Amino acid sequence: MAAARPGGRVDALPLLLAAIALAAVAFGGFIVVAPNRLLSGAPLTLWQAQGAGAPAAVLTLLALIATLAGLRDFRFRWALIGLAAGALVIAAMALAGLAAAAHAEDAGRLTRVSLGAGFWTLLAAGLLILADAVGRERSLPGKVVPVLATGLGMALLMAGGTLSQLSLAREYAVRHQAYLHELLRHLELTGAGLALALLIGGAIGLMAYRRPRRAGSVFAVLDIVQTIPSLALFALLIGPLTALTALLPGLRQLGISGIGPFPAILALGLYGLLPVARGVHAGLSSVPNAVVEAARGMGLTEAQIVRHTLVPLALPTLFQTLRITLVQLIGLAVLAALIGAGGLGTFIFQGLGQTAVDLVLLGALSAIVLALLADIGLRGLAFLLFRRPAR
Amino acid sequence: MNAGPAADGASRLLRRPVFWVGAVFLALTFGMHALAPHLGFLFPEGARLVYTRASFPELVASHALLTGAASLVAIAIGLSAAVFATRPAGRDYAATLEMLSAVAQTFPPVAVLALAVPSLGYGALPTVFALVLYGVLPVMGGALAGLGSVPGAVLDAADGAGFTPGGRLWRIELPLAAPIILAGIRTSVTIGIGTATIGSTVGALTLGSPIIDGLSGDNPAFVLQGTVLVALFAVTVDLGFGEVERALVRQPSGASSRTR
Repeated sequence: MAAARPGGRVDALPLLLAAIALAAVAFGGFIVVAPNRLLSGAPLTLWQAQGAGAPAAVLTLLALIATLAGLRDFRFRWALIGLAAGALVIAAMALAGLAAAAHAEDAGRLTRVSLGAGFWTLLAAGLLILADAVGRERSLPGKVVPVLATGLGMALLMAGGTLSQLSLAREYAVRHQAYLHELLRHLELTGAGLALALLIGGAIGLMAYRRPRRAGSVFAVLDIVQTIPSLALFALLIGPLTALTALLPGLRQLGISGIGPFPAILALGLYGLLPVARGVHAGLSSVPNAVVEAARGMGLTEAQIVRHTLVPLALPTLFQTLRITLVQLIGLAVLAALIGAGGLGTFIFQGLGQTAVDLVLLGALSAIVLALLADIGLRGLAFLLFRRPAR
Repeated sequence: MNAGPAADGASRLLRRPVFWVGAVFLALTFGMHALAPHLGFLFPEGARLVYTRASFPELVASHALLTGAASLVAIAIGLSAAVFATRPAGRDYAATLEMLSAVAQTFPPVAVLALAVPSLGYGALPTVFALVLYGVLPVMGGALAGLGSVPGAVLDAADGAGFTPGGRLWRIELPLAAPIILAGIRTSVTIGIGTATIGSTVGALTLGSPIIDGLSGDNPAFVLQGTVLVALFAVTVDLGFGEVERALVRQPSGASSRTR
């Protein structure tokens, strides 16, 4: 990540985002109160929902951000802006949770309190200010601390039950058994697809490295697989697999069938082939030829060269390949629900079918958070292992 | 060998895969209705074989319109953002934009699509929104990489030759960055075609519609028709971009050797 330039002028982006957040709080519906989970409800602004104290707290944080953005640059200024933005995000979530609790007490059990456009705008503005601040802060602790503090605050809010009366949390509470099951299934599908992609894609990448002349045509074929829309790839496997199991009924005993987890894992594995093969090929090719020649000169066998020379030197690139592929497959596994394989997509498509917005949110937000956690986690691990930020 | 330039061009076209894949795609688009009733041997007895909710040319047109319109918007936004981030006034934002695009790239397309439904309702609108949101990132990434790859010496030479900042951008930077920018656009459009397919789950009319209807109605014939057409569509468009890229890479060097 490029270091930010020290500059004397006012930084416009946090100011702009703070202004947008201000407008969202003043005029946008912060929460939406509906008579039940399927009907659409009436939006309430933060003022209407919580009285004067809540907008004042948000206003204070926005003023703090604006002031810091207007000051001359000093050490940890961006870290402070990031912390203030994190506080804004946590305040928005806490206020929404408190408002939901207040309204759930007033009205009956069926009443649902959802998050309004004003809330989402405030949340997005806060996260963008945080992202901008992290991007511009120069010191590593100044980058890490605001992100960790925000994440910790969110986790505490969820664990502490402040958010439990929000419709989103109630959709979860109603089906937390099913949620855990589908989450686990999502991870299983992703893991199995990833293993398949690493095994076969890794072999293809190694082969392409060994025989550069064939590499072009191999990658051309994989490119085409990658071009096929993901939904089509999932569905495309149903026909052949159904026909196969009709011909060989014994396969069905092994759990192989046209719908369910098997075709989903196969499709995920196919989609992961190209990024894995390309990454392995690029990683191995990045090892200087002289090093390989030296290893050969020392009398290492081909297998030893791969194990002791190529792989260790290509490890950062290989690790990055793992991260990119994993994040991609987590996202794609959402589609597995469409062919009866389960996973977090189950909630999204159920919610879309019932027009139950918060059920859709439950599935979609979970998938996003899972992908983000995998990305951030592996980036952090790569940084610890190789001592340089992953790109 | 001695054929005229037109025949030469035609025979060169015939050798390109884009021509053949495109021809099969068009033939199936317009011929699926006639072909479908004869495919009964592939499917269980009694399955309905002809998709009737919309004709296949209609589905292709709707799919192409959604993807095309959203791609144009995404290209405009992505290019503007990248140009802004590489100008002196916007340089401070380059790191932020890069990080945002890296973060947003981790968002699953289906999730983005689903999240757009509550505010935009069912149908084409959330699909276009998700398409634009998702399409901007590869364009911006490609344009940032492309504009960043123009050597500083070239920029200095252009400034020395008296180019205005706008002239330098338009006549020097963008043409030199064009192949990498185009690669970004290609990725964006390919992803767009895929995302539009999933758009059928929120009610958009695309080639994904027969797939979704087939999956929910347990009709493998619809699924097959949709998947084959949308796969051919995506591959044709991708190969078409490949041809444009080839032409683009060949042309500047050819032009310069002629002027020299």
